Amino acid sequence: MKVLLRWSVEKVKREKIFLLSLFLGLFLVAFVVLTLGNMFYQQAEDVGGLIAAATDPVVLKAIGISLSMALASTLIAFLFGVPLAYFLARKELWGKSIIEGIVDIPLMIPHIVAGIALYGVFMRYGLIGAPLRRLGFVITDAYPGIVVAMLFMSFPYLVNSAREGFKGVDPRLENVARSLGASHWRTFREITFPLAFPSLLNGAILSWGRAISEFSAVLVLAYYPISAPILIYEKFTSFGLRASRPISVLLISICLVIFVVLRVLHRRSK
Amino acid sequence: MIEVKGLYKDWKEFSLKKITLEIKKGEYFVILGPTGAGKTLLLETIAGFYIPDKGEVRIDGHEVTELPPEKRNIGFIYQDYSLFPHLTVEENIVFGLKLKKSSSPDTNRKRVKEIMDRLSISHLAHRYPSTLSGGEQQRVAIARAIAIEPAILLLDEPLSALDPRTRDYLREELKRVREELGITMVHVTHDQTEALILADRIAVMMHGRIAQVGTPYEIFNKPLTDEIADFVGVENIVRGVVRSNEQGIAEIEVDTGTIFAVSEYPAGEVKVCIRPEDIILSESRGESSARNVMRGRIKELHDMGPLTRVKMDTGLVALITKQSRENLGLQKGDEVYATFKATAVHVVR
Repeated sequence: MKVLLRWSVEKVKREKIFLLSLFLGLFLVAFVVLTLGNMFYQQAEDVGGLIAAATDPVVLKAIGISLSMALASTLIAFLFGVPLAYFLARKELWGKSIIEGIVDIPLMIPHIVAGIALYGVFMRYGLIGAPLRRLGFVITDAYPGIVVAMLFMSFPYLVNSAREGFKGVDPRLENVARSLGASHWRTFREITFPLAFPSLLNGAILSWGRAISEFSAVLVLAYYPISAPILIYEKFTSFGLRASRPISVLLISICLVIFVVLRVLHRRSK
Repeated sequence: MIEVKGLYKDWKEFSLKKITLEIKKGEYFVILGPTGAGKTLLLETIAGFYIPDKGEVRIDGHEVTELPPEKRNIGFIYQDYSLFPHLTVEENIVFGLKLKKSSSPDTNRKRVKEIMDRLSISHLAHRYPSTLSGGEQQRVAIARAIAIEPAILLLDEPLSALDPRTRDYLREELKRVREELGITMVHVTHDQTEALILADRIAVMMHGRIAQVGTPYEIFNKPLTDEIADFVGVENIVRGVVRSNEQGIAEIEVDTGTIFAVSEYPAGEVKVCIRPEDIILSESRGESSARNVMRGRIKELHDMGPLTRVKMDTGLVALITKQSRENLGLQKGDEVYATFKATAVHVVR
């Protein structure tokens, strides 16, 4: 209260642009808080429903699938995305902006369209699906299908964040490390990678969060085994809000805890 | 020894054109030139960070043109120090040592301690670079570079980002490093005084080409072209002999009299350098704290826009404003006193 009282007229005048910015910005913050807060509040009146959901093996399995498949997707994105990001950050070549444009495509197309395109490629008779099936691998309506859909929709977040991270590492630091006798690979391992790591972790967090939330593309490619967003949708269309809400609250709560932990780690790594 | 032959390189807005240089073993070689001349690109190409489009680089007789930097046994120091921000001072210095075949934790620790003592940075061992001042960071960068005992030390504007006091101090430090280690130093700068004081030889670089190579005396007294003369500025360089030195003030005998200078040299032949803008002209011998007063006649007055260059019969050149010239009513043949402080005199061997 003391702090508020110290706001004199002069101070308000001097800071008016910031006050206006804050006022307008709070609109978006309130948007998120109100929506989720309302859902949690309503659920609080139905604790029984929440407990039932939290002990339902179908629900737990669906959430488990979502978290673990998203983790698999993020690891694959990391494995291939980090090298791509390093290359894009360091090398100039003709057509580089084309590669960067292609990387951004999944961010721009409707997810349902991406799902249909993926289905065309990975279905049993698809371009990649057919040869894989001959080798005994089935993608659609199986765990790999979930990962494929998540990966396609989420890897650009990782690549873009990692690329900016690598760009932020001064090439002169790499030059000095080389002059001190470190090979290119060793320089990457001991200088470039650790310095870019906060951005890589940030990209991985974004990518993982995006993967969990993917619905449309997963719906088309792998309705089963049923993952959390699809289970929530199924409950909503069949039994309504009361049935779908507890699973939503559960999923969000778990994700929030993991996000907070990762954000703290991210901060530390800086 | 470093030999550069017919080197060409285009990179971004910079280019090197037909660079040929020979830098002797143990020499302090300064590449002097205005911003954008391609000095840094040349240094980085010698280091192996870039492969030239044409031409070759040899170190101690071995061709290294396409050899990666880690195999060249060089030390490199940048203007902004480029310390690894995620490592402590000690870890920065030991970085190169750990990569050596002969390395062991014990010998490394000993060597790091020895180098930190030499550069008086032992008290910073466990600090991170972001907590250090510019001068401290540069001392760490020097320590890190010399720790691996390179054959060559390449320095890219190493003193430019420092305040004048620290710059003077580190300039002496660099001289000391060269004298103690006998290492070949290649130092890039746009600062004429720095080149004058440090260099055994200077290469003036302009528009991606080497315009002139010579001793500081040759470069500043006999510039090959007007452009070089314009860039290096007219310096007063006089040969002299140190007669005595009391508490860091040297008494130096020159043709036209005696000059007092702040210098460590106890005796012997030296060159005395005074910047024209550091010389004050007056009609009478007034009282002042400046140690040096020389009487002489004006031989030439040269109009240079807002400034006037005054050449005296003693050989000294002074730079004064047009306003001062008018106030004093200076004419050719007038007798004037030239005054300058002992701290404005740079003494080099």
